[in-house]
Amino acid sequence: MSTSTDVTRPPRRRTPSTRARQDARTGLALISPTLVVVVVVVVLPILWTVSLAFQEVRLLDLRTAGVVGDYTLENFRDVLTSDGFLTALLTTLFYAVGGTGLAILVGLVAALALRRPFRGRGLVRAALLLPYVAPVVAAAFVWTTALNPQYGVVNAWGTGALGWEDPIAFLSSRSDEVSLLGLRLEVPTALLTVIAFEAWRSFPFAFLFLTARLEAVPDTYEEAARIDGATPTQRFRHIVLPQLGPTIAVLCVLRFIWTFNNFDDIYLLTGGGAGTEVVAVRVFTYLTARSDIGAAAAQALVLAAILAVLVTTYLKLFGRREERA
Amino acid sequence: MSASNLRNTVEERALAVLRPVVIGLLLLVALVPFYYMVVLSFRPLDSLVQDPGRMWVGLSEIDPATYADVLRSVDAGGQGFASFIRNSLLVAGGTVVLSLLVAVPGAYAVSRLDFFGRRQVSALFLTVYFFPSILLAVPLFVFYTRIGLRGSLVGLLLVYLAQVAAVTIYMLRNYFDTIPVSLEEAAAIDGCSRLQVLRRISLPLALPAVASNALFVFMIAWNEFLFALLFLVEDRDSWTVSLGLSQLAGSIEVPTTTLMAGSVILTLPIVVLFFLAERFLVGGLTAGAEKG
Repeated sequence: MSTSTDVTRPPRRRTPSTRARQDARTGLALISPTLVVVVVVVVLPILWTVSLAFQEVRLLDLRTAGVVGDYTLENFRDVLTSDGFLTALLTTLFYAVGGTGLAILVGLVAALALRRPFRGRGLVRAALLLPYVAPVVAAAFVWTTALNPQYGVVNAWGTGALGWEDPIAFLSSRSDEVSLLGLRLEVPTALLTVIAFEAWRSFPFAFLFLTARLEAVPDTYEEAARIDGATPTQRFRHIVLPQLGPTIAVLCVLRFIWTFNNFDDIYLLTGGGAGTEVVAVRVFTYLTARSDIGAAAAQALVLAAILAVLVTTYLKLFGRREERA
Repeated sequence: MSASNLRNTVEERALAVLRPVVIGLLLLVALVPFYYMVVLSFRPLDSLVQDPGRMWVGLSEIDPATYADVLRSVDAGGQGFASFIRNSLLVAGGTVVLSLLVAVPGAYAVSRLDFFGRRQVSALFLTVYFFPSILLAVPLFVFYTRIGLRGSLVGLLLVYLAQVAAVTIYMLRNYFDTIPVSLEEAAAIDGCSRLQVLRRISLPLALPAVASNALFVFMIAWNEFLFALLFLVEDRDSWTVSLGLSQLAGSIEVPTTTLMAGSVILTLPIVVLFFLAERFLVGGLTAGAEKG
């Protein structure tokens, strides 16, 4: 803890009043239970991860491994050069960018569509939030069932009403050929499906944030623009969108952080198969199936480090601009 | 002028048509999976296999046997969801009680009392909130294995407590900040100590926030999957509903329709809680959204 004093507050008096001293003591006493829990269950374990990442530890020799051990960079070398790590990293990146972008886009469309009041809007809003609040395990199970090639409703309708030649194995096919306007394209089917799932689950989050922000946008600017002859799209482009800019930027960071580290969705949908292995799922595999704790810790650290670099870069590039705007 | 007028008219007409279409589509996308879940939970398995594209269930074929089967204990030939529900309730309820006991005083301290390191503590809590849980998973798995807490509901409860404590403090602090200090000062002049002020003045005023926070914490703990999987997977008796459903979903022996009944059981409490407390929760979920 640093000793920096709060600059916004007036300088402290030389002898703090009895009440101020009492408050300080009470404050520490009230906060300490939470602080202890957070330090013991979050902070110390993270420090331990760092330590584990630099040791050769397997689950079997856990009882003997301590904080002081033989430190080595081997885990990182193994992890970085191992098959599949780079692919997993690229998959993670693609997944995070796609999921974040799609979720924010759908959330924006929803927020705009529900902007003007109508009867039953409150109910529609609440209904749109369901994918976000529903338990991920149940949601994933419904999706895997619906997308199942044998008894899922999507393929039943696709092969029936839509005239697909064969059922599509949405969650177990690495890639499929799609002909679009005469072009034949290879698409990563399973990866796109998990991105769609991620967008479905988290668009309500973007929708909520953007709705809250839209309600704070004063009508006067748009009214003025309308009188000056600006069409709806022009008003959106030049008046509403700039006002939403900072919120969208915050959403990008938040959603990206969470999607980048997401484990649940992909583990439940594909188990990491069919070209959807993201780093979080890989960490889990190393931790449980392979009991290679050192490698798991090293990969988790690399994941966190890359995330930190990306978020910092983003904030450096865009944070300044938003402030000026 | 007339060209732009024309464009304006065209756009406004197009939007007037598009808006309801978009709203309808969004509702379909958001709700159909849940509708599908409920329909399948009542359909007999052989009817599903024969006609997978049907999205309704005939009145005559409604079959609540799936629910009985999924709830019955394993000894009685069921899937044991009743005991999963008990475990989930224990963990989620315990997390709520503990997090309120610990976090209400903490939030008050962060909001009102100028103690040494106050800002650093706030910053720490915020960081924890954004911390990737997969990074925590490694050391906690190792640590819990070592001290023998893995497999116990108490161990899981501690992890949940740490995860939600930060959010709870953050949410409640925002609410305490809105309570006028003058009320507390008046009580202090009348001779109340800080703790008495907290208990008699601030806490009753913050009750709506405390209640909605409790619901929010309950939902987080009830829905949680990763740590339940890491800690409890080896012992079926201590599975939570989420974990139980995910584990049984992989096996061929349990019929899909039965598991759909399990999904409804897992989802329903959350949906009910959400609609009961929607207004409060939405405020909580966006706490901080309007700050920028």
